[in-house]
Amino acid sequence: MPDLAIRENSLGRLASAARTIPAAMLTVLPDAAKLLFRGRPSSIDAAGKAFGIALPMEACRFATSGNRTAYWLGPDEWLLQAVGEDSAALFAGLAAALAGHSQSLVDVSHRSDAFALSGPQAAYILNHGCPLDLSLQTFPVGMCTRTIFGKATIMLSRPAPEVFHIDAWRSFAPYVWQLLDEARSELA
Amino acid sequence: MLLITCPHCGPRAELEFSYGGEAHIARPIDPTGLDDEAWATFLYKRSNPKGVHAERWRHLHGCGRFFNVLRDTISDTIVTTYPAGQPRPALPSDGKENAR
Ligand SMILES: [Zn+2]
Repeated sequence: MPDLAIRENSLGRLASAARTIPAAMLTVLPDAAKLLFRGRPSSIDAAGKAFGIALPMEACRFATSGNRTAYWLGPDEWLLQAVGEDSAALFAGLAAALAGHSQSLVDVSHRSDAFALSGPQAAYILNHGCPLDLSLQTFPVGMCTRTIFGKATIMLSRPAPEVFHIDAWRSFAPYVWQLLDEARSELA
Repeated sequence: MLLITCPHCGPRAELEFSYGGEAHIARPIDPTGLDDEAWATFLYKRSNPKGVHAERWRHLHGCGRFFNVLRDTISDTIVTTYPAGQPRPALPSDGKENAR
């Protein structure tokens, strides 16, 4: 298990130099424990009970309780995220609860970094590199999905009407951040 | 660009998907029991229709699942999509000559 103390957020340097553009703010989100759960239908209840949040069964939806969020990623796949928690402890607890079930649980905490794009022009800026219809009718608050931004796969979620969270693999995160930063230059 | 309806996620832009070849081709359960002709047919021979074609797509930059698409190879129209494992749906035009 890599030492968390020496893990550096891939967006740290970009974030410290970020411009303040209220119409579309870029902000790094705190590190989180992230577990990828895939399982047979019979294991889904047990995973939700152990995590403390019933896993959303509706496609492309997430459920939040306190610092924990369960994101639907596929019909048998969820990302379980716990901001500020130790992933090893979270993993051990879930693995114990899921023993005997047909499932897979992978600690992906170090794979990606996340940031927020927020403000009245957030959706407009996101559409510079993302083909989704981001109107509130088709991409409501509470929706999440993997999609494309530019040439990178991202996980996109919308916790509030004018707030998007973007989770990108570490080596792609600065690319996504910088493309968004370039797009919002017109609003500066 | 095509708008493809993933059976799980709904309509998405084509660039979220990757193509997976013709659908409903079952891998032989015992390949060693086949002669060369039958094995070559499984590996290489495809229906290549002019008209409605059943094919596999994967929602690669989305839910990650494979599913099936009926696409018209003349017009590029997507007739319908359905989850992997389901049989090819019947179409109103099936059996008609020059069916689209
Ligand atoms: Zn999908």
